[in-house]
Amino acid sequence: MTLIRIENLDISFGKGADRVDAVKDVGFDVARGDSFGLVGESGSGKSTILRALAGLNPDWRGAVTYAGEPLSRRPSLAYYKRVQMVFQDPFGSLHPRQTVDQILREPLAIHRMDDRERRILEVLDDVRLGPSFRFRFPHQLSGGQRQRVAIARALILEPETLLLDEPTSALDVSIQAEILNLLVELRAARSLTFVLVSHDLGVIAHMCDRLAVMRQGRILEFAAADALDDGRFETDYAQNLFRASQGYRAEQGDIA
Amino acid sequence: MSFEQRGRRIEAVRGVSFEMGREKLGIVGESGSGKSQTGRAVLGLSEGKVEATRLRFQDLDLLTLGRRIRRDLRGGKIGMVMQDPKFSLNPVMRIGKQLVEALRAHEKVSASAARHRALAALEAVQIDDPERVYRAYPHELSGGMGQRAMIAMMLLPGPDLLIADEPTSALDVTVQQTVLRIMDRLVQERGMGLILISHDLELVATFCDRILVMKDGRIVETLAADRLHDAEHPYTRGLMSCLPGAATRGRPLPVMSREGLRP
Repeated sequence: MTLIRIENLDISFGKGADRVDAVKDVGFDVARGDSFGLVGESGSGKSTILRALAGLNPDWRGAVTYAGEPLSRRPSLAYYKRVQMVFQDPFGSLHPRQTVDQILREPLAIHRMDDRERRILEVLDDVRLGPSFRFRFPHQLSGGQRQRVAIARALILEPETLLLDEPTSALDVSIQAEILNLLVELRAARSLTFVLVSHDLGVIAHMCDRLAVMRQGRILEFAAADALDDGRFETDYAQNLFRASQGYRAEQGDIA
Repeated sequence: MSFEQRGRRIEAVRGVSFEMGREKLGIVGESGSGKSQTGRAVLGLSEGKVEATRLRFQDLDLLTLGRRIRRDLRGGKIGMVMQDPKFSLNPVMRIGKQLVEALRAHEKVSASAARHRALAALEAVQIDDPERVYRAYPHELSGGMGQRAMIAMMLLPGPDLLIADEPTSALDVTVQQTVLRIMDRLVQERGMGLILISHDLELVATFCDRILVMKDGRIVETLAADRLHDAEHPYTRGLMSCLPGAATRGRPLPVMSREGLRP
């Protein structure tokens, strides 16, 4: 069943000569329970799409439906309860003067959810932090722990979809492994739908069932995750991207 | 190498020993492993306390060298490229002027000769339109272009050693390849030594000749780059096996405990 449907999505910034068309005529479907990856280099528009889905980019044109309902430019509170986002930088996405408890309490207050004590303790447990982290400030946490708090903040509303924008690219590989494992477990346990943006093909290969390769605002091609087993892509660009992700290769034809 | 922090002594680098020739040496490790501090110790850029039995560059004893000579060495015989050109280039000075300034700090050359060499250096790092880049401010360049300009600047005085600290981490993968190729070629053509400091094991293994793996301020393993897959230390093996990819889909990634790999 299709949960997210995007058709003819255009997103631009600025006016006149300064106008930048960040996303051009993009369309894709994500089925409920699926994990969909958006890959591309910087400026390809992948995060811009995610931000539009999260209601952070109201200036989009096109047709977006979520669970059969058209998505409004200013989504309702009910939408945010179902769709939550986790950002790249756990250093920038948590309020530095709020404790973990305050950070987790805020979405509960906004959505007027009760039983807050229990929910906070439960979600801390779900992200493997435990109650001892509850009254700490972000600066007292490591990068991986902060990202766990950010995931907890998204999960506390019991959403059905997580929008993940480079959730591990600011982390060391050993910490990345822990966070990816956590996300996989949570997805299975809660039947979550993921839309994951990453420049790291390894992360996408590990996490996603299906992916779209983006370049300069457009989707170049769709592929099943097993295209990443051996780089079986249709377009030269995607093949190059795959090869470049395998480490350095001394001169054998130029990329770029 | 140690730092004082609120009365506590923090040892960032502990008992590290290595020597290198005109080769590509990789230093890998996660954040806090001391890899960057090791590079900074060679440059004399550390704010911490550096202690060593020996710290030599060619026939110079870096531990007893006067500040002036040390300064001449930096950006002269030893160049450094850092992670983000946005922060290592002066934002309010045109690229060309920065290149000329860097060159004339180390060599007595006329203004026109300096300009000439700066343009040639920009060409050497495969910048198509050196005149434009020469006139540009750093914010007018892309990350890959800025990094090339930075490399050009470091190469002007003809260094014998280039220390590159995560030089491509802020760049897209395809641009990363281009920048690495430029460095690779320059190392070969000029017979320079290169220290590549990176968190990216795969990259270092494919680019360098030899790898030092660091953890908690120590070198845990030294390897020929093409022998990475025969690594013996549990930490090195752990670093490799926790990388996600097509092969790991559908099963949990191994995670590391403090001792190494946790099953």
